[in-house]
Amino acid sequence: MATTPSSPGVYASATGGSGSTPTGQGRSAWRSRLWRFDDMASPYAYIAPFFLIFGAFGLYPLLYTGWIALHRVEMTGLDQSEWVGWENFSKILQDSEFWTAVFNTFVIGVISTVPQLLVALGLAHLLNYKLRASTFWRTLILTPYATSVATAALVFALVFRADGGLLNWVLHFVGFGNTDWGNGEWTSKIAISVIVIWRWTGYNALIYLAAMQSVPTELYEAASIDGATRWQQFRKVTIPSLRPTILFTIVISTIGSMQLFGEPLLLQGGTLGSIGGSEHQYETLSIYLYNYGWKLGHLGPAAAVAWTMLALLLLIALINWIIGRFMRKSAV
Amino acid sequence: MTTTSLTSDLGLAPSSSPTHGGTGRGRRLRLGAGQHLKGGPFTYVSLIIVGLGSVLPLYWTLVAASHDQQRVLDNPPPLVPGGRLWSNLQAAWEQAHLGKAIVNTAVVAGCITVATLFFCTLAGYAFAKMRFRGRGFLMTAVIATLTIPPQLSVVPLFMMMSNIGWGGRLESVIFPTLVGAFGVFFMRQYLLEALPYELIEAAKVDGANNFRIVWSVVLPVARPAMMVLGMLTFVQAWNDFFWPFLALNQENPTIQVALGQLSASYTPDQSIVMAGALISTLPLLLVFVIFGKQIVGGIMAGAVKG
Repeated sequence: MATTPSSPGVYASATGGSGSTPTGQGRSAWRSRLWRFDDMASPYAYIAPFFLIFGAFGLYPLLYTGWIALHRVEMTGLDQSEWVGWENFSKILQDSEFWTAVFNTFVIGVISTVPQLLVALGLAHLLNYKLRASTFWRTLILTPYATSVATAALVFALVFRADGGLLNWVLHFVGFGNTDWGNGEWTSKIAISVIVIWRWTGYNALIYLAAMQSVPTELYEAASIDGATRWQQFRKVTIPSLRPTILFTIVISTIGSMQLFGEPLLLQGGTLGSIGGSEHQYETLSIYLYNYGWKLGHLGPAAAVAWTMLALLLLIALINWIIGRFMRKSAV
Repeated sequence: MTTTSLTSDLGLAPSSSPTHGGTGRGRRLRLGAGQHLKGGPFTYVSLIIVGLGSVLPLYWTLVAASHDQQRVLDNPPPLVPGGRLWSNLQAAWEQAHLGKAIVNTAVVAGCITVATLFFCTLAGYAFAKMRFRGRGFLMTAVIATLTIPPQLSVVPLFMMMSNIGWGGRLESVIFPTLVGAFGVFFMRQYLLEALPYELIEAAKVDGANNFRIVWSVVLPVARPAMMVLGMLTFVQAWNDFFWPFLALNQENPTIQVALGQLSASYTPDQSIVMAGALISTLPLLLVFVIFGKQIVGGIMAGAVKG
């Protein structure tokens, strides 16, 4: 239940701190007005920092991006801009590299999210058993979360090396081992997905575990009285109860895969990273944006990429919403 | 709603009320809904495999950081640590200016953490316990900001920063992250149940004004959740990559930016890159070893949406 740590102390200090009892009539009227103002304004003052920071560094730049997308702005002269209309958009929409990046972002998103969430679900199920040293296991699977994108990408870059890479060496025992992971159309996407899966599976497992633990025990008791097997309980009780959480993690992972940047940038490193591989085989939208804006120095098209990403996100949100509705309907 | 689970998931209930200390088992029985079953051998074997998979890449970071580059890229690759760890660490420290990068990262992550704790506790308290017009709508707005990726605003952000003279300076990565939606939501969820209205009322009867209430009532109650939020924020700020990589440069990087640039150089020495990766990860691993339980609890508590 709700605990009240150090409640006696709190009472004591609150009493001790209020060294004033209202005396005069006029003063108390003024005071009560002050009190009311304090009560009215305080909540807004407390939430103001969040909205100020978000307004200045989140919302305002988001809208400003739209303005830049319609102008020519170069990295070499940030204070100069020239109206170009839809030119930036038509430039990127006619660029086949842009569509490659859209495709790659989508593909990598799917092959990293689906296995990740499935494994996380199974892992959460295992962690939900009564275990020895349960905290140890939970912390253990969370260690990748403590690892930065840069570190993870750099280690896996070595593991996936064609020459002298750890993975190829392991695979050569079973007759493979000549895979050029980074340069392959699909193998490079798999390599990037592996990095993503490694970093986020444990985190998602803990989210599912938390949701599983808030499923009422009675549901399981009722199910087992009805003779449901463990697998049936998992499918008919656990999964339906987790539906909102699963939808939530899908949304978060989708947004996350739109942001993939460090993994492709560092998989092969050097100049290959900023164009997403020699054939752009693992170029994501974030890499494309970075390359246009920071490597080539054209901020207008980069801003246009950002707004197309916004459009894609809204599209995905719409699809999610429709699927969510459909799932809710079919559940009834 | 998640009413009972929040305080207990944080792993805080036992420490804050000693009488509950002995009932850990009982509580888990009640909460660990569904499966009262003990894990069998299959469970443990699976967990061991996943656990090994989780730490092996980090182990291999150590292995690669302790050989010279030639040996790292050799076939077969080394599987146990070698003897060049110290000299590689030294080389990484000097070549990539990692010393400055570490100090920078500590400053950035420290500022962000302190500010986040202060602002998120205030906002979380307001959303949890104060009545004001537009509360529901504003809370929804806070959550909605979680869905906006930073990519959408980096171009103008970069221009703004260079306009106000923060280009390449640490301020440009500190200020946009001073307060986050997750923290506000997290503190709100905790205070909703951990802070009884009676405490606030009692303080009001005693004549405390709103700020006084925050200082002597809310903060003491919020402290355990603030600890957890502080660690989560610190880890995230320490590891942040995308915006710092765009905003900062080689002369004044955070540790992640320095790592990225180390690997982007033309002929990076892999064992030195790995030594740098090791330096950047060790502080956080240490935090995890010490506070693993609280961090796990915090993620689980923040995860369950109300």
